[in-house]
Amino acid sequence: MTTLGPLSVRLPAGRATRRRSQARLALLPALGLMLPAAALSAIGLLLVWSATRNEPGSTLPQRQALSVGIGFVLMWAVSRIDLRVLRAYVPVLYLLGLAGLVAVLTPLGRTVNGSHAWIVLGDGLQFQPSEFAKAATVLALATALGEPRDGERRPGAGAVLLALGLAALPVGLIALQPDYGTALVFLVVAAGVIAVSGAPKRWFAAFAAAGAAALLLVWRLDLIRPYQLQRLMVLADPDADPMGVGYNATQARIAIGSGGLLGKGLFHGEQTAGHFVPEQHTDFIFTVAGEELGFVGAACVILLMLALLWRGLWIAAKSPTPFGTAVAGGVVCWLAFQTFVNVGMTMGLLPVAGLPLPFVSYGGSATISSLAAVGLLAAVNRRTRTPA
Amino acid sequence: MRRSVQQRPLSPGRRSVQQRPLSRGRNRPQGRLTLVFVVVTALMLTLLGRLWYLQVVTGPSYVRAATEARVRSVVLPPVRGRILDVRGRPLVANETKPQVSVDYMALIHQPDGGRDVLTRLARALGRPYQEIADRARLCAGNVPRPCWPGSPYQPIVVADDVSVRTALWIAERQSEFPGVSTALRPVRTYPLGSAAAHVLGYLQPPSPDDPEGGPELIGRDGLEAEYDRELAGRTGIRQMAVDSTGKVTGLVREEAAVAGDTLVTSIDARVQKVAERALARAVTAARKRGEPADSGAAVVLEAKTGRVTAIADYPTYDPGVWTGGISQRDYEDLPLVSAAVQGQWPPGSTWKVTSTAAAAKAGYSLRASYDCPGGYKIGGRVFHNFESAELGRMDMRRALVVSCDTIFYRFAEKMWRRDGGLKPVKRPKDPMQVMAGEFGFGTATGVDLPHEAAGRVPDRAWKKANWERTKADSCRRAKTGYPEMSDRRRAAYLKALAADNCRSGGVWWAGDAANFSIGQGDVLVTPLQLARGYAALANGGTVFSPRIGKQVVRADGTVVRTITPPVVGKVDASRKTLRFIRDALAGVPRTGTAAGAFDGYAFKRLPIAGKTGTAEAYGRQDTSWFASFGPLKKPKYVVVVVVSQGGTGGTTAAPAAREIWEGIAALSHDQKKHKDQKKHKKDGGR
Repeated sequence: MTTLGPLSVRLPAGRATRRRSQARLALLPALGLMLPAAALSAIGLLLVWSATRNEPGSTLPQRQALSVGIGFVLMWAVSRIDLRVLRAYVPVLYLLGLAGLVAVLTPLGRTVNGSHAWIVLGDGLQFQPSEFAKAATVLALATALGEPRDGERRPGAGAVLLALGLAALPVGLIALQPDYGTALVFLVVAAGVIAVSGAPKRWFAAFAAAGAAALLLVWRLDLIRPYQLQRLMVLADPDADPMGVGYNATQARIAIGSGGLLGKGLFHGEQTAGHFVPEQHTDFIFTVAGEELGFVGAACVILLMLALLWRGLWIAAKSPTPFGTAVAGGVVCWLAFQTFVNVGMTMGLLPVAGLPLPFVSYGGSATISSLAAVGLLAAVNRRTRTPA
Repeated sequence: MRRSVQQRPLSPGRRSVQQRPLSRGRNRPQGRLTLVFVVVTALMLTLLGRLWYLQVVTGPSYVRAATEARVRSVVLPPVRGRILDVRGRPLVANETKPQVSVDYMALIHQPDGGRDVLTRLARALGRPYQEIADRARLCAGNVPRPCWPGSPYQPIVVADDVSVRTALWIAERQSEFPGVSTALRPVRTYPLGSAAAHVLGYLQPPSPDDPEGGPELIGRDGLEAEYDRELAGRTGIRQMAVDSTGKVTGLVREEAAVAGDTLVTSIDARVQKVAERALARAVTAARKRGEPADSGAAVVLEAKTGRVTAIADYPTYDPGVWTGGISQRDYEDLPLVSAAVQGQWPPGSTWKVTSTAAAAKAGYSLRASYDCPGGYKIGGRVFHNFESAELGRMDMRRALVVSCDTIFYRFAEKMWRRDGGLKPVKRPKDPMQVMAGEFGFGTATGVDLPHEAAGRVPDRAWKKANWERTKADSCRRAKTGYPEMSDRRRAAYLKALAADNCRSGGVWWAGDAANFSIGQGDVLVTPLQLARGYAALANGGTVFSPRIGKQVVRADGTVVRTITPPVVGKVDASRKTLRFIRDALAGVPRTGTAAGAFDGYAFKRLPIAGKTGTAEAYGRQDTSWFASFGPLKKPKYVVVVVVSQGGTGGTTAAPAAREIWEGIAALSHDQKKHKDQKKHKKDGGR
């Protein structure tokens, strides 16, 4: 050891030093999560500010800043929770999430932007229960599939069926809003959690078959609405109806494309200034990144997200408990799928679906729940670092 | 495995290879996580690839699209330049009038195709719906006028004689009239009414084939077309930044419109009026005598400069009809063809001027005495004088004054023989054709008007070519005859003619040469060509390409360019010959074929010379010509009058020419008096 030179001198150390260095080491993986989340939130704040700069008296950036603040506090709080304690409260959280989704369908719910997904609590205070239900459902699925069972390393048939049932409830409730984009996030999260929990392949195949059957059912029962079908058609032929259904997609591509390599500069996007892309501060926030920050900036957003996702997967892999792995895997699937659908939609890769870009899009519920999800990853990570 | 899982919480620090919880098995979480890792990474890389493609590979095209979406351009139409006469009197001016336009693209995008809006608009304008709807449709294929001949992206003018009140009423109700706009627009006005309508021409919206972004109207005929680029000025553009709702957020670029240049012409509005009145009166008089008199023209040229002083056409029209669209019936009835520039007739005896010059050049003495019999036999056929008059011996002066034909027949036959007759030499001299060419006949004058006719100077080669063109048809008719004709005598004549043409239509007979010498047969001239030929006679042989435009003047008064009629040829005849012909023609209005028409004319005040022409055409009445110049000693003007199917030159065209000459005399007298008065005042001031 000593032959290694000066570096090795510090290695043989006392118990106290080792603990300290362990604590320092524990901070690094936490930073690997916090830094991308903080950077994305900061970029998101600037983009929301830029997107709303021509709306006099707009308080949206301030409100988003407040959401980010609440989100970080929640993230810190969640990261401090012992997973074992948390697991005990999962049924409560899950039921609360479902209650929120049911409440949306009662007269408490409000329709905003064509989606009946909101509960308005008072003047200017509203939230989207489906966002919190995502976190609750991840935890519920992880509990169902990541429970250490006697004599079983893999989740059995019962566990998988339970998980499917737990996922089906929120999916069904959200499909009633209707918000197929969000429902799809739940399905993908369920698939992800089932996959990482090590359930037999046949279950996974069954799940895919069920999904296909559901899609077929939606199609055959005319549950798909004309505008949704049009969104799909526009994807096939982006220039079909540039002033109608294709307007959003066309304008989004124009805004991103015109940004070029280096962008037009923050607060200097002309398409953004002219509000050519509808919903440019929420679902289409990535167009502002594309136009004003260019390829360099927009790629940074994607790479930061990728860094966060990789860190999440590393945490999932290092988790000593199947529960932790399932939670981390579910969160990663959630964030990854939502990012891909959102950014893909703004660039004409996917049909227009009302999903926010995690951390970046304006929207209190989404921002807070995404940051809370990072808190879950940190909690799993803490459990990895500090043995029980 | 199972054991290790159970043991793990108990002994976290000790891990054997077997104990590792996350093994590489396909169903193991580690394997699944690898799969998720690959999928997640692939998704994000897909996004990055797409981003690179959008922003870097195809970025520039999106930059263009973004600019298009963000910038609205408004075309600022310039004020079109005026057209003035030689003294600065406006022939074409502008007047500002409220106009109502509709946006075709906005209309068709409405659910009912704009029917509702147009109905409301028609009610507001107090017009029938159909009229407005017809004007707002696009001209295409068999759509009858009124329709919009321009681009669908230009505002379509549906009404331009709207009161300011109505225009404001519509402008204030934008929500009721989507796609309808009102604006004050300059409209062409014609202070002198129908004067020189064909010369001035008219404006039309550019056809959809014309490049976009141009002016709203472009010159389609006459001077408006010929000087369109200078009159039009430069269209300005105002580019405004707009947001997604079309709200203007700022000015990107503005380029002011530049007013069009003013065209000063050599037309004298007063002479023009006189010429038009004289022509109209001659036509009316001829009709009273029972002649069809279907069309006519009068041309006044400056003999020494080649400038056009007046061009009168009959029939003519009011150029104001173009303003604000025109109905199909009106459009079809419009006499858009200018008789002076596009009309062609055989010149008759006015042609003898060139034949005389040709004879003199060929060696015939002009002062010698020639016999003028009533008829002259050529190739077994007798060619007669007018009314077969037996006129006795005379010199060439008298031959021109009384318009003897037989002397010219003899010249023509002899020249024809010298060139080899029916077996022509390799290079026939064709003295008469050559001289006619030198006088500018057979080629367009190049006047600054569009669609000019070139006339025709026929010779052996032309006849052969023409025969080859028509042979098949002639030979068919020679066999079948003209069964569709009710007039049996005419049908029989035409059948015989067809047989003749089929057999030997390509041969230049002595008779053709004889007809040519007196301006009959296949010779064709335009009134403008005849006028410039007589100008060459009057000015000593200079052939001009006449010009109507004199100066192009900028709106601020600076002269952009001065237009001088270019000299395009020189008549190769001696000065003596030309002077002889001029002197000879002086006798025509005094004692010759036009003496009746000029009975009582004040020759002392403005002595003139001229030549009548009566051109025959089978199945039609004679074309009446009078070509003249004056004053005799130093010719200043050339006046040519033609009335198609108007009778003899002396009875119809000559009186009209006289009226024009008298008008010119009176006007120059006024001017002189005016000048004298001015001078007198000046002198008095001293």
